[in-house]
Amino acid sequence: MAKIAAIPMILTALCVFVGGTLWTVVYSFTSSKLLPKTNWVGLDQYERLWNTNRWIVSIENLMIYGICSLIFSLVIGFVLAALLDQKIRFENTFRTIILYPFALSFIVTGLVWQWILNPDFGVQNIVRSLGWASFEFDPLYNQDIVIYGILIAGLWQGTGLIMVLMLAGLRGIDQEIWKAARVDGIPTWKTYIFIVIPMMRPVFITTLVLIASGIVRVFDLVVAQTSGGPGIASEVPAKYVYDTMFLRQNLGQGFAASTMMLLAVAIVIIPWAYLEFGSRKRD
Amino acid sequence: MKSFKSLLCGTAMCAAGAAHAVDLEVTHWWTSGGEAAAVAEFAKAFDERTEHTWVDGAIAGSGGVARPIMISRITGGDPMGATQFNHGRQAEELVEAGLMLDLTDVAEAEGWRDIVHPVSLLDSCTIDGRVYCVPVNIHSWQWIWLSHAAFDQVGVPVPTNWDEFVAAAPKLRENGIVPLAMGNQPWQASGAFGVITIALAGPEAWAAVSVDKDAEVAAGPVYAKVFEAAAAAREMRQGSNVQDWNQATNLVITGKAGGQIMGDWAQGEFQVANQMAGTDYSCLPGLGVNEIISTGGDAFYFPKQSDADVEAAQKELASLMLSKEVQVAFNLKKGSLPVRGDVDLAAANDCMKKGLAILAQGNILPDANQTLSPDTLGQIEDLMTEFWSDSSISAADAQERYADIIANAD
Repeated sequence: MAKIAAIPMILTALCVFVGGTLWTVVYSFTSSKLLPKTNWVGLDQYERLWNTNRWIVSIENLMIYGICSLIFSLVIGFVLAALLDQKIRFENTFRTIILYPFALSFIVTGLVWQWILNPDFGVQNIVRSLGWASFEFDPLYNQDIVIYGILIAGLWQGTGLIMVLMLAGLRGIDQEIWKAARVDGIPTWKTYIFIVIPMMRPVFITTLVLIASGIVRVFDLVVAQTSGGPGIASEVPAKYVYDTMFLRQNLGQGFAASTMMLLAVAIVIIPWAYLEFGSRKRD
Repeated sequence: MKSFKSLLCGTAMCAAGAAHAVDLEVTHWWTSGGEAAAVAEFAKAFDERTEHTWVDGAIAGSGGVARPIMISRITGGDPMGATQFNHGRQAEELVEAGLMLDLTDVAEAEGWRDIVHPVSLLDSCTIDGRVYCVPVNIHSWQWIWLSHAAFDQVGVPVPTNWDEFVAAAPKLRENGIVPLAMGNQPWQASGAFGVITIALAGPEAWAAVSVDKDAEVAAGPVYAKVFEAAAAAREMRQGSNVQDWNQATNLVITGKAGGQIMGDWAQGEFQVANQMAGTDYSCLPGLGVNEIISTGGDAFYFPKQSDADVEAAQKELASLMLSKEVQVAFNLKKGSLPVRGDVDLAAANDCMKKGLAILAQGNILPDANQTLSPDTLGQIEDLMTEFWSDSSISAADAQERYADIIANAD
């Protein structure tokens, strides 16, 4: 009975997700422009893709953003949670303040940070007006560091949630463990790193998934904050796909790019899923 | 359901006494002050002079946002009554797929081929001898706008051509004025490059590359000069830390920048700021070198519908948009040039009159939108935005990549 009830869901998943994915991959081998057509061109679209400077820059940016955002979100999130866990006063207030940015969409976040990082109105201007005239801080207008300007905004928006999840994880640790560690004379930082963190594995997995989805979603943050500029220095793959498919009316090229993105995700997910779920069956 | 709905509508209309009247939804991306006022002229004329009703379907956020929405509505089987596109190849595939209404009978009955000037605009609407759209205005990219305040401040006469402007640039820079204002949106960089090309390489070389897609000319010495000039202009724009084109125009209006290469839509900004052409700002068509107008602009397409009444209303709107009075009323508000040469624009300002005179002389070129596909234009845009914002790319490298794009253009 349960299986019959699940049939619509299974069909939807097969048709919409798997079907849509296969369709995209198939049409990435055509020269479709505005409308999908089946004039096959083999690997031409992929060849053009990997010869396009903008795509290469996009991939580099995603790597930098992804790695940095993963490390900093986890580290900052955990440190903030550990600090809040010290039974401080006004914990509620701090928690609210730090979590609050998460209530904003990426578009709003991007616009806010576009203003904060604008050299004529934001941080640079304020520091200069305090008397430090040579101070320079304009990441959004500097090609080499613009991606870090976006990273700052991304972290500001996302770390609060990571912190709250971590805090919940920390609160879930049995107080007896802390007492035992204290009796054994283990320093607090060692207790955190060698005892508490390994016990928080499920929380870390959850946060990891959330951060990873945040990395893939980075499209709207870039659109709002820099629209890919200056030049093409802050382009990301999702934006390349959107632009080629909808603005440049080149579906084939856009499909090829999205297929590459799928491939990249698959390369990360499949070994992980194998380790995570494959071992469970053997237990 | 659909037939039930149309039955209901039919009953409502019979009750109102207006047989065959149709609500026609028209989508466009004209949302700024002057643009909205201009499109209201269309709506007014349509409501007053026909029994049909104009349903405004403005989509905010420029063509880049609006076009994907329009296209997905047309291909998704929910066509609107009429929709704006730019002159050129943006709707080419939709026409080829048979999704657009054929207007040839209206065009022939009213003799569009004789009244549309320049006739190349109608050619852009014509595919395999059939007419599919109505051109409504001409917007030209080929202008530079100069701030009198900026040049007065440094004691240099206002330049009359590009060379004088380049010569005056160091003086402006010394006095803390950005010589060339340019926003960071990609299309601004590639547009300005197009203007510099037509001014310095001349219309023939431009046509060889952008119309005939001759990669050898694009890689040749004439274009090398253009890329050198663009590299110099790249230095001149340093310091204009703005995104939008109108923010860059505002730098010129306030005298913080010497000039801006921008299409004639910039004029509206000067008007809003109460600036007078000739005393507060100057406009040089074709950078003062080759006085020329490129015939970009907007056209209306009419997606095919199954209802004969709707089709009749669409054709009425098409002929209305091209009628003399509507052309005048619309273009005065829009700040663009009319698509017919036989109308009187006495109320036009100085810069617009300059444009009209050039148009009358026939010094015109098609817009890149008319000759290159959106895909090729997109690749050029990527290259230009990279080139204009990264000084480490040499003119020669950029030219090589440009020639490569032209060689592969479709």
